[in-house]
Amino acid sequence: MRDDGGAATPKIRLRGLRKAFNGKVVLDGIDLDVRARRSMVILGGSGSGKSVMLKCVIGLIEPDEGVIEIDGRNVLAMSRREREAVNDRIGMLFQNGALFDSLPVWENVCFKLLAQGRIDRRAARDKAAEILAQVGLAPSVGDLYPAELSGGMQKRVALARAIAAQPDIIFFDEPTTGLDPIMGAVIDGLIVDVVRRLGATAVSITHDMASARRIGDDAAMIHRGRIVWTGPAASLGQTGNPIVDQFARGEREGPIQMELRR
Amino acid sequence: MDLLLDAVAAIGRAGLRVCRMAGAVALFALEALSHLVRPPFYGRLFARALLEIAYFSLPVVALTALFTGMVLALQSYTGFARFNAEGAVANVVVLSITRELGPVLAGLMVSGRIGAAFAAEIGTMRVTDQIDALVTLSTNPMKYLVTPRLLAGTIALPLLVIVADILGVMGGWLIGTLRLDFTSATYLRSTFDFLQAGDVIHGLVKAAVFGFILTLMGCWFGYTSRGGAQGVGGATTSAVVSSSILILALDYVLTDLLFAR
Repeated sequence: MRDDGGAATPKIRLRGLRKAFNGKVVLDGIDLDVRARRSMVILGGSGSGKSVMLKCVIGLIEPDEGVIEIDGRNVLAMSRREREAVNDRIGMLFQNGALFDSLPVWENVCFKLLAQGRIDRRAARDKAAEILAQVGLAPSVGDLYPAELSGGMQKRVALARAIAAQPDIIFFDEPTTGLDPIMGAVIDGLIVDVVRRLGATAVSITHDMASARRIGDDAAMIHRGRIVWTGPAASLGQTGNPIVDQFARGEREGPIQMELRR
Repeated sequence: MDLLLDAVAAIGRAGLRVCRMAGAVALFALEALSHLVRPPFYGRLFARALLEIAYFSLPVVALTALFTGMVLALQSYTGFARFNAEGAVANVVVLSITRELGPVLAGLMVSGRIGAAFAAEIGTMRVTDQIDALVTLSTNPMKYLVTPRLLAGTIALPLLVIVADILGVMGGWLIGTLRLDFTSATYLRSTFDFLQAGDVIHGLVKAAVFGFILTLMGCWFGYTSRGGAQGVGGATTSAVVSSSILILALDYVLTDLLFAR
């Protein structure tokens, strides 16, 4: 567990966030606070709205209603330029890595720095090697293409890309999905390590309970488009909330009923 | 009566769908073009797209033009011989190639190669979150993916058509001199005596329009693709089919505007 940095204003604050697609309500009034320099894990089953919520926060999807505040400022009311400036401080690790397969690893890692002209191509190779070392990869990996890497290495490269510009908020979309348990634990360890080193605020969405306990300081449960519980990640499994406890234990019987047919 | 109304309603719905899509494509193109004058500029991506379209399409366009010129010479000779007008073979070959077949065939061949490749590449990026990743990496996907390709397509196709014009005429000359008993000097004199600069220039204008259209269709269908491998496959097919039809339809419009005066 880490300090909350003493900040009274949450780093990220969501209020009444709603989003529907073709009449199907996905987010039904999300309220959530993420404190600065804390690691928040959002739990929820498939189709519960976790990814849509995250995409609303980083500006990939426009919500129908609600407020998204970052450092106390509503990003939905910002001009495009202001929003871009906020997004510049955000890093994101996608579920499948989303590495650019036409670019070598070093260019993937330093993509943002190159795009913003903060570094030239020659220096980018050295910088990429330095960042790859932070996620446990050899400098020679920089010359490979994403298709030449294993799933675990791709996740590490994606993590390296997410932290390369030293963001102060990092989102992790199901960081351990598709990895074996050992590699999952390695990735979790790296996430905890880099987030701590950067002093960043982290938001991870996952349905992997072991991963949630390893990387989270705080946790929240999203169910049917609403946050139904928030609390310490360490208490997962014994929260007293039947929805969270059923989800944490992976039980078939309980308030969560899987929709087999829509 | 109900059946008739259903049919009219279906036609109306299809018409509205086409109008919506045309509007969306036009806005997409305008946004992409607006990035031509707004920095940053991705010169490296433009150069890569130009190389991909112009250089790597060269063999397929060259072979198509060469054989088309050869066939045209043979066919027109057979037809004109019936009217004792064999001497017009060289004129027909050069005018057909420069005004019509060079741009249209190059457009169709490049559409099959590049339109499909762009749709597949951008579509795969869409369904694997790479386009969303661009946004999170402070990069405008339209500026990065679409604008350099559109510009490269518009410039590359006229370059390819210049090569197609030369090789198409050369194909006719080969058949004329080797099979049809023309002397080389006579054939070439007939070719250039009747050829005007406008024939070539208007053909190149057509090529630029076709290049813009085929890259636009490839980028549009890729950018808007959904639903995994099947969605990307559908986007690729749609890009090639729509750009081929648009090339043929616009060919008529441009011919009417440029030549039928």
